[in-house]
Amino acid sequence: MKNLTTGALVAGSTLLSPFAAYAETEVQFWHAFTGRLGELVAAQVEDFNASQNNFTVVASHKGNYSETLNAGIAAFRAGEQPQILMVFEVGTATMMSAGGAVRSVTEVMEASGADFDPDAYIGAVNGYYTTTEGEMLSLPFNASTPVLWVNRDAFEAAGVDPDTDLSTWQNVDETLTALQDGGSTCPLTTAWQSWIHLENFSAYHDVPFATQDNGFAGTDTALAFNGPAQVAHISAMGEWAADGKFFYAGRRNEGGANFRAGECALFTESSAGYAGISSEAEFAFDVRPLPYWDGVGNSPQNTIIGGASLWVMEGHEDAEYEGAAQFLAYLSSTDVQAKWHQDTGYLPITNAASDATRTAGFYDANPGTDVSVIQMTANDPTANSKGLRLGSFDQIRGIIDEELEAVWSGDKDAQTALDSAVQRGDALLRRFEAAN
Amino acid sequence: MEKRVTFKGWILPLCLIAPQVLVSAIFFFYPAGQAIWQSLFIPDPFGLSMQYVGAGNFEYLLSDPYYRTSFLTTAIFSTLVTLCSMIPALFLAVVADRLIKGAGVYRTMLIWPYAVAPAIAGVLWLFMFNTRVGVVSWYLGQLGYDWNHVLNGGEAMGLVVVASAWGRISYNFLFFFAALQAIPKSVIEAAAIDGARFWKRFWTIVLPLLSPTTFFLLVVNIVYAFFETFGVIHTITSGGPQQSTTILVYKVFSDGFVGQDLGSSAAQSVILLVVVGALTIFQFKFIERRVHY
Repeated sequence: MKNLTTGALVAGSTLLSPFAAYAETEVQFWHAFTGRLGELVAAQVEDFNASQNNFTVVASHKGNYSETLNAGIAAFRAGEQPQILMVFEVGTATMMSAGGAVRSVTEVMEASGADFDPDAYIGAVNGYYTTTEGEMLSLPFNASTPVLWVNRDAFEAAGVDPDTDLSTWQNVDETLTALQDGGSTCPLTTAWQSWIHLENFSAYHDVPFATQDNGFAGTDTALAFNGPAQVAHISAMGEWAADGKFFYAGRRNEGGANFRAGECALFTESSAGYAGISSEAEFAFDVRPLPYWDGVGNSPQNTIIGGASLWVMEGHEDAEYEGAAQFLAYLSSTDVQAKWHQDTGYLPITNAASDATRTAGFYDANPGTDVSVIQMTANDPTANSKGLRLGSFDQIRGIIDEELEAVWSGDKDAQTALDSAVQRGDALLRRFEAAN
Repeated sequence: MEKRVTFKGWILPLCLIAPQVLVSAIFFFYPAGQAIWQSLFIPDPFGLSMQYVGAGNFEYLLSDPYYRTSFLTTAIFSTLVTLCSMIPALFLAVVADRLIKGAGVYRTMLIWPYAVAPAIAGVLWLFMFNTRVGVVSWYLGQLGYDWNHVLNGGEAMGLVVVASAWGRISYNFLFFFAALQAIPKSVIEAAAIDGARFWKRFWTIVLPLLSPTTFFLLVVNIVYAFFETFGVIHTITSGGPQQSTTILVYKVFSDGFVGQDLGSSAAQSVILLVVVGALTIFQFKFIERRVHY
C-alpha cells in the first residue's frame, strides 16, 4: 500500500514537473535508523534542506539493515530505487558486484561541483569501501569498531582492582578467574560474536580471515579463519563458557542488556554502544581497547569497522546526482561529522572531524571515547586488516554463529566447529562467485 | 440415485468457474511457474544477470546435510504444533460446551489469543523465557532448572512450538466448539439413557461425529505449521541454535530475503511445493477414508 502511494506520488510529481520548472530536485535517502539515531539523521537532513534551495533530501526509514538492503534491491528490480541507499558493511560485496546498479561515490562527486578530497577520509574507515585502485565506492556513514567495556563497580564488588591491565587476553584470562572467585556470575559477555571474535580478531592479529586479501582481490576467495590463532582464541572462549566465566546471550547485541543492567563485568561490544551504555548504566564504566593475545600474529595491528555506508544507485537524472553529491559532501563536512561522532560514538570519517573533536576538548571531558579512533588508526592497515569483502556474508555470519554456539554449548571443539564453518561458508562463496 | 445438475452448452459453466480459475492462475500457477523457472538459475540479487545451472541448485541443496536435517526438524515441528494446538483446543471446547453459566465470557476469552499477530506472540513468549530477565526462566531457575534456549536446541524447539501453537488453540477451539454444538442433543441423551458414561459417549459418539472437523483442522494446521509460523521462529530463535529450529519455510525466507540467494530459495520453494502437495494427497487419500460425513 505504501509503495502504491509512493508510486502514485512519483507519477504525480512527474506529470506536474513541466509546470513547476523551478521546483527543488528531490533526493530519496533510505536508511535503517530508529530511535535516537533516527532523530539525529532527521536533524541532519532538515539542516541540509534548510541550507540551500535547489535540493530536497527525503529520508525514509526502511526497517533494520537487512530489510533496508532488501527494500533497495526490490525497488531496483521494480525501477523505483532511491538515489541514496544505506547498506551495512556485510552487504558491501553484494553492492560492489552489482556494477549496473550502483554508481561510485568518486564518480558522482567528480561529476558534480561538490567539494571532494579522497585523502580527507580516515584510511582505516574509508579503505573498507574503496577498491584496490583507489575508487571510493560508497561513503562511510556510521562506522564503529569493537572495544572492551568494563563495569568498574562489578570489579570492586568481586574484590578485583578495576584498573587492572586488560590489554591482553592473557591478562583478561586471569582477571576472569579472579572475578569468578570473587562471586561474579557473569565475568564476560559479548555482542556480535563473529564480527568481534573472528573478523576483528583476525585483523587485529594480522592473520587472514579469507584468502585473496580477505576478498578485496577477487571473488575467488576462500575462508581461512580456521587457522591456529583463531582456533586458540575460540578454544579459550569455549573453556571460559564451560567454566561459567563467559556468558553467551545471543547472536546480536543481546548481551548489552545484561551489561547495562550491571550483571556482567566485561563486555566486548561496538564503540557505538556508548549512547546506550552512558544513558542506562547505573555504575561506573570504562572503555578499553579490545584485548589481544600477546605474541600471536602481529598483534595489536588495527581493528576493522562495522556499521553502514551510503551507496548511490544508478538510473537517475543528472540533477538528482548533483543533489546526492551535495548531500554527501554536507555529511562529510567537518562540523557535521564531529557532531555525529560525539553524539553517537561512531567513528569520525574524516581526519578533520577527529581533530576538531579533540581540539574542542570532547575526549578529555568524556574519557574513553577516543579509544576506538586510536585503535583503528594506530597502524597502517595490512592486507589482513583492511576489511572484508565477501559475498553472501550475511549468511556466512549465520553459519559462524551456529558453529560458535556449538562450541559454547560444548557440542564441538573449536577446530571442528571452525573447520565446518569454513567448509559451509566456502560453498556459499562459490555460489556467489558463480552468480557474479 | 445421485442428483446432478446439467448445463446446456459451455458458456455458463465456464463463466461460473472462471473466477476461481483466474484466482488460482494469478496467485498459484503463475508464481509456482516462476519459482520453477528461477530454480534453474543462480541470479544476482539485483536481477542484472542470471547464470543457468540446470539442476545445480537442487544438487547443492540435497548435498547439504543441514538441509536434509531440516526435513526432520520440519516434521517434528509440524507434528508437535498440530498436536499441541488441537488437543488442548478439543479439551477446552468439550469443557466449554458443558458450561451453563458464563459460556459467552469463556468463549470470548478463549478466542482472544487468535487476534495476536504471530510475530507479536513470538516477542511475548521471548520475553517470558528470556534467559536472564524472563519471568518463566526466573521461576525455573528458582526450581533449580537452568533454562537457556539460546544454546539448548531442545528448549528452543519447545519454545517455538508453544509460541506457534498458543494462538492457534483459539482458532481450533472455535471450530471444535461449533461442531460440538451441531451434534444433536438427542443422540447423546439417548446414549446417556442407555447407560453410557461421559467418556464412553465421547469416544463412541462425539469424536466420530467431530471427524469431518478434525480432519479439516488437521489439514489446515499442518499447512499453518509449515507456512505461517516463520514469524514466530524469526523473532524467537532465527532458526538457531545450530539450525535446530530451522524449518523448511524459514530456510526459504532466510536464504532468499536475508542471504539474497534467490536461486537456492526458489529451488527450496519447489521442493516444498512437492512435499506439501504429496502430504495433502496422502491426507485426502488415506485419512479422509476414516472420516464420516
